[in-house]
Amino acid sequence: MIYLDHAATSLMKPPGVMEAVIRGMQQLGNAGRGAYESALDASRLFYDTRLRLAELFAADGPEQVAFTANATAALNIAIQGILSPGDHVITTQMEHNSVLRPLYFMESKGVRLTILPAGADGRISYDEMEAAIASDTRAIVCTHASNVTGEMNDLKRIGAVCAQHGLLLIADVAQTAGTFPISMKEMNLDVICFSGHKSLLGPQGTGGICVRKGLPVRPLLMGGSGVDSFAGKHPSRMPEALEAGTQNGPGIAGLRATLDYIKETGMQSLREQELAYMWRFHDAVIKLPGIRIYGDFSDRAAMRAPIVSWNLKEHDAGRIADELYQRYGLAVRAGVHCAPLMHRALKTAGQGAVRMSFSAMNTEAEIDLAIRAVLKLAEEG
Amino acid sequence: MREKKLRVIITFPTTASAIAMERFCKEHELAGRLIPVPGQIRAGCGLAWMAPPPEKERLAAALEAAGLIHEGIMEYVL
Repeated sequence: MIYLDHAATSLMKPPGVMEAVIRGMQQLGNAGRGAYESALDASRLFYDTRLRLAELFAADGPEQVAFTANATAALNIAIQGILSPGDHVITTQMEHNSVLRPLYFMESKGVRLTILPAGADGRISYDEMEAAIASDTRAIVCTHASNVTGEMNDLKRIGAVCAQHGLLLIADVAQTAGTFPISMKEMNLDVICFSGHKSLLGPQGTGGICVRKGLPVRPLLMGGSGVDSFAGKHPSRMPEALEAGTQNGPGIAGLRATLDYIKETGMQSLREQELAYMWRFHDAVIKLPGIRIYGDFSDRAAMRAPIVSWNLKEHDAGRIADELYQRYGLAVRAGVHCAPLMHRALKTAGQGAVRMSFSAMNTEAEIDLAIRAVLKLAEEG
Repeated sequence: MREKKLRVIITFPTTASAIAMERFCKEHELAGRLIPVPGQIRAGCGLAWMAPPPEKERLAAALEAAGLIHEGIMEYVL
């Protein structure tokens, strides 16, 4: 199998990650639940990992980083824990259902929702975003990069707009954390929600939320916290405020290992490699008869996530993905990628799209095999 | 059972702040270790830093200088 579905999850892990998970299973007690060595080791490991994440994202400190099971959990915590009935919130047509569905839920509770349209190229207008701000606007919730086209939003620019209008900025960085620079301070981000198992290359079941110091977030889950057990209310201090129950110790051990790998290897080096594979594939197939690639690839210097979504003529994307897997062993994602509004913008709601997403863990030979496979399908029509 | 003695106890609002204390003390060679929060201070769970009384002033100064999050610093016979 040749794996080209890294936007779904990073199947191939950096050296040391699996070993760290296994060691975690063998050695870690329950973090915050004891003063004996294995429980303290888990607490120490969590703290170390929070420190690394706070450094990676220029967050307000390790205590402002809470672990979650995935980016979806983090986004639910942020959206349901910050917005209240009567608030207005702005989002975009580029979003994944992990943003849209919690927002629809809050809309049913009395939050006013504006969804900015994306153009046929999958991009939003920053002018339209600013024009949508009203006196009751509380927050902008948006993705850093579309999981369908790889188009990126300029979080620094949006953060400046939020600062100017006194709005909160909640960013979904599921597709970019680990390979693209994200600075909560420089981008004026109030909350970021990240996945640990996509571009961070860690284990599934890991993710997190970083919250600006002083911003209260109502917990979505309440329960065991390891502190203040007789209090009837769940603790309000970060990170325990957003971490009810036993956390994923082995997963977090793997996350720490991949954070070390990314630091040693260099985020830029990983990004350049995956983008080189993306362009190699893109350039080889863009002019093939019947191929349509979605998104704006006109500016090669523009930052984008390493994703190419495409269709061949009017063939159903699922059929193409199945052909690619059955004949060539290429693992790619078909369908609408849990981003239904983006597919409406791209006019692919019925056909879906074939998504190939690349990683530095791939090889040039794999990309060339993918190119040959698409050439053959295009030739067959 | 170990002999009860006067000890300095520092309490924390979160596990993360207790671990930050431990890390700081190790780096700066300050005495003490993490223990379960003594019941005399607070019923329930959590971690506290325990050190010999002569360390109290050094620890208090360190907490202040490093801006370490804590709830209180006190002396107890434990």
